[in-house]
Amino acid sequence: MDLALIFMVLMGVSVLAYVVLDGYDLGVGMLMPAASATEQSVMVSSIGPFWDANETWLVLGVGILLVAFPKAHGVVLGALYLPVVAMLVGLMFRGVAFEFRMKALGWHRELWNWLFWAGSFLASFSQGLMLGRYITGFEPGFGYLLFAMVVGASVCGGYVLLGATWLVLKTEGTLQAKALAWSRWGLLWVALGVGLVSLATPLVSETVRAKWFDFPRTLALMALPAACLWAGAVVWRSTGRIARGVRGQDGLPFAAAVAIFAISFLGLAYSLFPYVVIDRLTIWEAAAHPSSLKVVLAGALVVLPFIVAYTAISYRVFRGKARAGLYD
Amino acid sequence: MDDALLLARAQFGLNIAFHILFPSLTIALAWMLLGFRVAYHRTGEAGWLATYKLWTKIFALTFAMGVVTGIVMSFQFGTNWPGYMNRVGAIAGPLLGYEVLTAFFLEATFLGVMLFGMNRVPAWAHIGATALVAVGTTLSAFWILALNSWMQTPAGHVLEGDQWIAGDWLAVIFNPSFPYRFVHMMIASGLTAAFVVAGLSAWRLLKVPADASARRTLRVGVLVAAVLAPLQTVVGDLHGLNTLEHQPAKIAAMEAIWHTEKGVPLVLFAIPNEKTRTNDYAIELPYGASLILKHDPDAELKGLDAFGADVPPVAPVFFAFRLMVGIGVAMIGLSWLAAWITRRGAAAPRWLLWTLAAFTFSGWAATLAGWIVTEIGRQPWLVTGLLRTSEAVGEISGAQLGVSLTGYAFTYATMFVAYMVVLTHLAGDGAEAAAARNLPGASAAGAAAD
Repeated sequence: MDLALIFMVLMGVSVLAYVVLDGYDLGVGMLMPAASATEQSVMVSSIGPFWDANETWLVLGVGILLVAFPKAHGVVLGALYLPVVAMLVGLMFRGVAFEFRMKALGWHRELWNWLFWAGSFLASFSQGLMLGRYITGFEPGFGYLLFAMVVGASVCGGYVLLGATWLVLKTEGTLQAKALAWSRWGLLWVALGVGLVSLATPLVSETVRAKWFDFPRTLALMALPAACLWAGAVVWRSTGRIARGVRGQDGLPFAAAVAIFAISFLGLAYSLFPYVVIDRLTIWEAAAHPSSLKVVLAGALVVLPFIVAYTAISYRVFRGKARAGLYD
Repeated sequence: MDDALLLARAQFGLNIAFHILFPSLTIALAWMLLGFRVAYHRTGEAGWLATYKLWTKIFALTFAMGVVTGIVMSFQFGTNWPGYMNRVGAIAGPLLGYEVLTAFFLEATFLGVMLFGMNRVPAWAHIGATALVAVGTTLSAFWILALNSWMQTPAGHVLEGDQWIAGDWLAVIFNPSFPYRFVHMMIASGLTAAFVVAGLSAWRLLKVPADASARRTLRVGVLVAAVLAPLQTVVGDLHGLNTLEHQPAKIAAMEAIWHTEKGVPLVLFAIPNEKTRTNDYAIELPYGASLILKHDPDAELKGLDAFGADVPPVAPVFFAFRLMVGIGVAMIGLSWLAAWITRRGAAAPRWLLWTLAAFTFSGWAATLAGWIVTEIGRQPWLVTGLLRTSEAVGEISGAQLGVSLTGYAFTYATMFVAYMVVLTHLAGDGAEAAAARNLPGASAAGAAAD
């Protein structure tokens, strides 16, 4: 039994779950300034019951990194120390703003509204920046920093896409109409970001280049970008149909947006595997002592099905369109 | 290196001290909420519902503070103390992992149902969700205290290479100090919540003396405190005896006993002097320490000189311990007095309301003081006898630590001020307002859509 591999998969699943789940609520947070006060209340109501559990996937992801790959944890979080601090500050302000923005009065409320937006943006951008630094193995230099900032902007775009398509699913009327337009803007942004990153990554990393440009494997690998393009097309077309009044498919744009993330994530995972720190540490070199891995795995196998089950229950309880005033 | 160690400790200390405030309130408040919720279900009284709604809002606010500061903690274990994970990660990692898996997801998910699902699920499911949130907070305390206690009094570990791994997980979890520390902390949480409930209710009654909900919650808080405060004395004493057995250097620092001798006096107050290794301006009870710790006035107690260089700094441990005990004694007196005065539905006089309001956050002060005693008292060890704090510090530069320390301090100060302002406003407006509150801007659309 290859414990390192199993934990790599577990960590990947946690991180992907985090990115998709917290991604949509961070995206909704970034879209706040574009909406009216009433719409903002609906938007916050649509994510209020979920954001807390969504962020728990981040704790699980970083927890697995810490527990299963302690050597990589030190290298990765040491190199990313300041962006991590920025992300945490953003997540903190945003998390408490859920409570404060409706309970504070006067200019305090305005301040927390602003912090809700700014915190969402800071957290999203920092995560993208961290991803950009991570892909390039934390190489120093201006070019690499620029690359990381482009990735940061792309992740913001991606989260906006997730947030906007989530709102298509969870709202109706004029707010939904706005969300449809936001979805398309988000999609364009994502297309640009994914395109840039896909082109740049093989250029900045020899390891990644070797993995993708190796005929005839390259031909099979082209299924990934093709699927990604197709998912993008689904977002574009379904948002158009919903805008024209076609009913019963409000969830389709969100599902397709999740597919874009999942496919991009797979591509990234393929690029990096078997490294946990590119060109430096493989998952086997970084893995923790098997005794601790076994005991965590046993717990995870027992508990994860329950987590999935009651998460599903929670989404079922709060199914349907969101209403304003959840935080009254 | 010493600067980085100091900054790493300062930053971690700031984070963990700020974080612990919120769980120490929510752990017990969750169980009280369950009580309010069940009371509403059984009586059908609108007053209980209003009470439940007010305290749910306060809970949600506090819980959010705990969650976001807790996420910071999850990153800092690794960034500030990489040596910790390298040497004892095989034991600490699974305990933290089990906390995330069994507690964090449970409480976070059912919190949504508890806060926003009352009209969406049947009553039994809503009560169940409230109960699961309470179970989650308690489970979380179970795992993190198991880990902390293991660091104080390690057991069940074996050395493999340069790593300590678990030989016997049950011995690791139920290590010698764990049962005492767990019960001590749970009661501390109960007292913290009880005084917050009583204090904020008193705050409301100072404004609106006739508020029925606030009178009832004041009584609940006072009674819970009156039961728990004396109980805490007993548990604290047992915990102290356990510490004497397993961490005698910590006891020597707590009592400022510099030299091993027989018939040791109890130092009531003094200024410990690290240079002369004596106590200045000491007020002592003859034979007191020997009597309390060994239940024999002539018993010998080990002083700090018995442990060489491996001793904690005396003054912070000594003073924090006295602060904690002092608050505890005051809690017993106040809760019993208040319970007596408010018996059979009698209204509390204003001086009592002011006193209870002043004691609102006394639980926080005592809890922080207690943690200072136990954590500084463990120094210079991170894991007693196995790993020194200085061996665990990482390579993050002092400059980066300085930047992040400033950022965290600013963030926490902002959050804390906002938390206090909103808390006092919510409590001051009372339960009826919390149940009926409608918001400008949000209400029109909400009403139209419903």
